[in-house]
Amino acid sequence: MFELNALELSQAIREKKLTVVEVVSAYLDAVKKIDEKINAFLCINAEYALSKAREIQKKLDAGEELSKLAGVPIAIKDNISTKGFKTTCASKILDGFEPIYDATVIEKLEAAGLIIIGKLNMDEFAMGGSSETGAFGAVRNPWDISRVAGGSSGGSAAAVAAGALPLSLGTDTGGSIRQPCAFCGVSGIKPTYGAISRYGLVAYASSLDQIGPIGRSIEECAALLEIISGEDNKDATCVMQKPFAFTERFKNKLNGIKIGLPTNYFEKGIDNGVKNAVLAAAKTFKEAGASVIEFNMPFTEYMVPSYYIIASAEASSNLSRYDGVKYGYRSKNAVTLNEVYRMSRNEGFGLEVKRRIMLGSFVLSSGYYDAYYKKASDARSLIKSAYEKLFEQFDMILSPVAPTTAYKLGENIDDPMKMYMGDIYTVSINLAGLPALSIPCGFDEQGLPVGLQLTGNAYSEATLINAAREYQSITDWHTKKPGDVI
Amino acid sequence: MSLEMIIGIEVHAELNTKSKIFCTCSTAFGGEANSKVCPVCSGQPGSLPKLNEAVVECAVKLGLVLGCTINRNCKFDRKNYFYPDLPKAYQISQLYFPICTDGKLEIDINGSKKSIGIREIHIEEDAGKLIHAPSENGTYIDYNRAGVPLLEIVTNPDFRSAQEVVAFIERLRETMLYLEICDCKMQEGSLRADVNLSIREQGNELGTRTETKNMNSLRAISRAIEYERERQLEIINGNGKVVQQTRRWDEDKSKSFPMRSKENAQDYRYFPEPDLQPLEISEERLNEIRKNIPELAQEKRGRYMSEYGISSHAAGIICASKNMAGLFEELAQKSKEPVEAANLITGELMRLINNFNADMDTLTIDVDKLAFLIYLVVNGKINRGVYKDIVGEVFTNNVDPEKYIAEKGLLVVSDDDAIIAAVNEALSKNSAAVGDFAAGKEKAFTFLMGQAMKSLGGKGDPVSVKRVLLKVLNEKNSCE
Repeated sequence: MFELNALELSQAIREKKLTVVEVVSAYLDAVKKIDEKINAFLCINAEYALSKAREIQKKLDAGEELSKLAGVPIAIKDNISTKGFKTTCASKILDGFEPIYDATVIEKLEAAGLIIIGKLNMDEFAMGGSSETGAFGAVRNPWDISRVAGGSSGGSAAAVAAGALPLSLGTDTGGSIRQPCAFCGVSGIKPTYGAISRYGLVAYASSLDQIGPIGRSIEECAALLEIISGEDNKDATCVMQKPFAFTERFKNKLNGIKIGLPTNYFEKGIDNGVKNAVLAAAKTFKEAGASVIEFNMPFTEYMVPSYYIIASAEASSNLSRYDGVKYGYRSKNAVTLNEVYRMSRNEGFGLEVKRRIMLGSFVLSSGYYDAYYKKASDARSLIKSAYEKLFEQFDMILSPVAPTTAYKLGENIDDPMKMYMGDIYTVSINLAGLPALSIPCGFDEQGLPVGLQLTGNAYSEATLINAAREYQSITDWHTKKPGDVI
Repeated sequence: MSLEMIIGIEVHAELNTKSKIFCTCSTAFGGEANSKVCPVCSGQPGSLPKLNEAVVECAVKLGLVLGCTINRNCKFDRKNYFYPDLPKAYQISQLYFPICTDGKLEIDINGSKKSIGIREIHIEEDAGKLIHAPSENGTYIDYNRAGVPLLEIVTNPDFRSAQEVVAFIERLRETMLYLEICDCKMQEGSLRADVNLSIREQGNELGTRTETKNMNSLRAISRAIEYERERQLEIINGNGKVVQQTRRWDEDKSKSFPMRSKENAQDYRYFPEPDLQPLEISEERLNEIRKNIPELAQEKRGRYMSEYGISSHAAGIICASKNMAGLFEELAQKSKEPVEAANLITGELMRLINNFNADMDTLTIDVDKLAFLIYLVVNGKINRGVYKDIVGEVFTNNVDPEKYIAEKGLLVVSDDDAIIAAVNEALSKNSAAVGDFAAGKEKAFTFLMGQAMKSLGGKGDPVSVKRVLLKVLNEKNSCE
């Protein structure tokens, strides 16, 4: 059963070779064993999962189609609202919080017959790149449990990499799906802004956040992306009317596909292991028929600063609702209203979240708005139009996901600037609202996975997925599993 | 030194859309605390706003009527501040690109007209309500009102007196009631106004202003303005300096108290709302909304006078309420007697409304029955007294006039035999008056007429009674 990918697993279930309960039970057992080592889960609800499994089995037995992922177990990043599971965003301020409603993506998953078994660990409120900033312990990388899983969707990537689950949902605000996928050697997609409903995604930075799928292969991710995508009348920014349907494949493999390679991304601040693996992948694409064209990515110096200004500004506002009044943590020592606010937030939020709330409040404050927020928004427009121009030339851009492979737990946590520079290849894509995917493309000299990133024009997911499919059909990096975790 | 008071106001009008501005919860006033809330309006983690398009329509309607520029590409912004009645800790509002700008509203002050400039109208959401429970040493929060749509109408500093402010709010209120976009109940808080007031030497630059909040009636606004004027004058005359601050009016104490001053003014850290798309209003939609703007009070008054020939006074009374105007138009049309219809409404109906303390804006009455009564009285089938009585019966008991008249036998008696008998009876019982009449005393005729009507139970057709009485008296005189 664990050898089957998500699509094969569902097919076996629909062909009655396996029952949903069998599958869910087996994975619940696997999760229990694996999670002791990697701390990917914040909450598991076996009872809920098994009762859903029985319900879906009944529907399948009654001849309902559901979807090509029906019966497949899945887990959800803990910043997505789920009625049957606590939703904490890995923060003390929401410790024990039980949502009263399901996110739109959750409704879609359940309608498609997937079985949610638990919620996944992450950086607190998705702020971080190592899944160490959460209040409930760091996620560990299945390839080396002394290393980080990446973040902020570290639990989502690590759980899939370790084989605890065939699929998971993550969220990506500045690289939070792509970078942990690269660190853990799995595949993931950050969809176009506006393709997936954010209703029920606990907001970090509203204009950048998107939910996306994580799986071992791009094929599995694509199937999951089809299910969660499409218009939602509860989210005004979700404008893509129809869900994706990735039925058409490249007719002529990679022939005629134009891939841009930003040479300045490989010049400095990048590990050799990463550089070599990604450039080797570029060669593979070329050998498979694509034309790989070198260029210089403009505005790289503006990317990280404008991302952190905009994301922090929005975060400072989005996180104001955690005030100790309505739900979540309230300081026991608070007496006056101001104390409820000050002490609850001071005791409830972690360091990185506080840092970004303060940064965000500062850049929005009167007298500084024009110098920071306004300027960052202008830079964002420049970056956006630069990408538009590039995609007149290329079908996609091939780049590294992160400058390094997974580093040691605690190695960078006290150096926010170093941590922020780790986002250099990913954040501009969120600023421009574009789709990008991350797939494994090799290992560094320490045996740690390296990922590559394909970025496309808005709503060009099908093209990116097809290119990744071709790559995965001629390479086997995505099939490699960490050794002794299970 | 000649000092003048300068006032600008901000009016908050709660819109009467069925659902809230960013979710589908009801906007109905009152109800059990937190019974009209959902993940969106209670600020649950992960919930998102979805704009209720009816709100846009209300704002555009008012903007058009006030002659504003409608900004067809407007945006929403977040106003950030912490307060327990604000579930998201920010209010979605419009700072940088409000929906309407640059309009005006004309007011009438002692017969002369004055134009008040409207700086802008913007859309925003209301907050919840705090319910203090001192006995429990605590405060409860009711989010039923959170997310109710508001229009904020900001005027230029064009007012020079409390009277002008009151006249403006009355006109604005009338306009919004006719547009049916707001209930305009100041007591329930669906219409609120904040007053910005300063004093300057005439012709000089504006003085330091204060903002007074929390007045829930026109009278309170008037008093708060007078209070603040006196307070500032006292400071200025004592060579002191007015401090820029926000003040809270206390109706019971008839005083205002400072809430916060400029030094500790909040920084709202406004920025564009990322959860909502910029609002685009197409030319087509604008025209559609323009087409649906109903006739307003001002236009109705003019039309009633020219088209129906009713007095300016009567038109004013009728148009004070859109409901009454509608009732009048229906009655005028059905009875084909507009002047009679106007008289009925401004006379008998108003008297009944006052007596029974009824609400003009919601009153319903069977217009067909009233039209029938007008027909009867105009055509001499019933007398005025009977007419008034039956209007009252229709108002209070919704009686069927036809049945009522038949049962009580209230139709005018125009049968000559009955009238002759009644006249003869009156004459035989009052021979002294007959003598007076013969002696040329006019008053005696009126008396005898009354006596004859009395014996007809008030239902005699006055014209016939008069004719018969004259005839009989004359015959008597010529006989003698």
